[in-house]
Amino acid sequence: MTAVGADQRQQMAYVATQAADARLNVEIETEGMTLNIGPQHPATHGTLRLVARLDGEQVVEAEPIMGYMHRGYEKLAEVRTYPQVTTLINRIDWLGSFANEVPFILAAEKLMEVEAPPRAQWIRTALFELSRIANITLFLGDMAVQLGALTPVFMAFRDREFVLNQIEAATGGRFHPNFDRIGGLKDDLPKGWIDDTKQAMEKIRDFCDEFEELVLGNEIFQARSRGIGIIPPDVGLSFGLSGANIRASGVDWDLRRDGHEALVYDQLDWKVWTHPDGDSFARYWVRLQETREATHMVDQLLDGIPSGPIMAKVPRIIKVPAGEAYAATENPLGEMGYYIVSKGDLVPFRVKIRSASFSNISITPWLLKGVYVPDIITILASLYFILGDIDR
Amino acid sequence: MTRLSSTDADAGVEAELATDERREAWATQLADALGEGYAEHHIIAGRDLWVRVTRGSWTAAAAAARDRLGCQFFDWLSAIDWLPSPYGRDMDAQEDNPGPKAADPMAQGCAGGQTRFQMVMRLYSITSHLGVTIKADLPDQDLSIDTLIGVYPGANWHEREAWEMFGIRFNGHPDLRNIYLPGEFEGNPLRKDFPLLARRVKPWPGIVDVELLPGEENL
Repeated sequence: MTAVGADQRQQMAYVATQAADARLNVEIETEGMTLNIGPQHPATHGTLRLVARLDGEQVVEAEPIMGYMHRGYEKLAEVRTYPQVTTLINRIDWLGSFANEVPFILAAEKLMEVEAPPRAQWIRTALFELSRIANITLFLGDMAVQLGALTPVFMAFRDREFVLNQIEAATGGRFHPNFDRIGGLKDDLPKGWIDDTKQAMEKIRDFCDEFEELVLGNEIFQARSRGIGIIPPDVGLSFGLSGANIRASGVDWDLRRDGHEALVYDQLDWKVWTHPDGDSFARYWVRLQETREATHMVDQLLDGIPSGPIMAKVPRIIKVPAGEAYAATENPLGEMGYYIVSKGDLVPFRVKIRSASFSNISITPWLLKGVYVPDIITILASLYFILGDIDR
Repeated sequence: MTRLSSTDADAGVEAELATDERREAWATQLADALGEGYAEHHIIAGRDLWVRVTRGSWTAAAAAARDRLGCQFFDWLSAIDWLPSPYGRDMDAQEDNPGPKAADPMAQGCAGGQTRFQMVMRLYSITSHLGVTIKADLPDQDLSIDTLIGVYPGANWHEREAWEMFGIRFNGHPDLRNIYLPGEFEGNPLRKDFPLLARRVKPWPGIVDVELLPGEENL
């Protein structure tokens, strides 16, 4: 009922604004107006500012302005040793922090020609998928709240906690694990963790089933997201869209399946979800399916963890041989990669961080042209970005 | 989970060789398309392909990669400043402009290069699942290069970032403004001769904490 009430109020507000605009247009012939959204706005996940020039209810031009949270990680990484860099990059996509560490470590391992032992690779992949679940669960509640349904966000926060507890139990950090090491992992899993995690996965599956009806089956949600913000696949690719955003446009491409990195996805039984529509509804749908798929993957990973060491033999002080390497993985938000240039020193010479949200959000000026004001929020919510992932 | 048999490992090696043949083929195709504009390439077996082109064929290289190699996906674009840091490894030298250390020659990485600034872009094919890193040298006296927006519209923001961070001008870019930094910011932070001011104000405590092991004095 909350959703209906909010929607009705919103509709009345539109009517009132339209009437006010119409009066103004007659009286003083205004030439459109500029609407400033953010930097502090719930739809911006932090501090993204959006300046939209409006003509009545339609957007003529929209320009995202960022940099309110730019922390200069590419510069800072140049003065930190390789193990220190993971502490920084944890904070890029802060909802799925462990997933940030993995591509950096993989790139460094490529340069050092070290490979993590099988047990470390399996646990790494399991934690990677847990980060994905922790991240996307919040999206599933958050997009609903932005479309006027308040309940889902509380359910999302409630059930995400089961996953965060497991991440904390294994790594010691709820949000910033800093657990991945060149050549393996910091620690082995604690006792009883596997059973607890399986129970948590059950809860997440229930959560997904519930949301399938509660949100995806909701008429208001469908009316506000179907056909809104359609991204054709070729346009999306030329803007560098990746992850669920591009899979929702029907592109069957997932770096977990198609990448060449040292994670164990090729030994699991799973499928890549795509949706042909390319609209906001499709993006939500794909992410919901991916969350459920991830729970099944975690179950398989937990069953298959081989025994053995969790660290390969690496020197105590890590010097990475000179060279260049790029490693990219399918992070919760899309493709995240690190291009490391090493000169054989303790610190990287240059680190280029390819973060998913930066490219995902770069399509907004194109996408927001001509949409109606309430759809700005739908589109921003469905593209799903984390400010730390844009600003780095 | 018993799929890691020895036959699978052999298949892996074969697949690796096959991808390298494909990478060789990519390099040849780019060389054919660019002619004089193609400088050199570098392949690390089973891992990656680097191609260096001249500054004039930068956009042509992107268009060739998109049309001939099927690289529809624009991954990223950035630059590298190959100057060795004049402030030392930890950037906490207290002088204002110490000048590069003589013992540290400028050494360009994969696929070579001659100049201090080098453009890098990465393109990827979602059908063949291979990527290519394309580089181009920029002469010191004229840090400018053609924009890629005509080929990949997604290059827009990446070029704005390279503009503010390295001071590289993109010819034909419609909106070359700072993207992260305030409009009045002076300097290009990712250049190696831009000091990390936080280290000037307060030296990095990590250096004090390092306890050297025997035989590690020269690290």
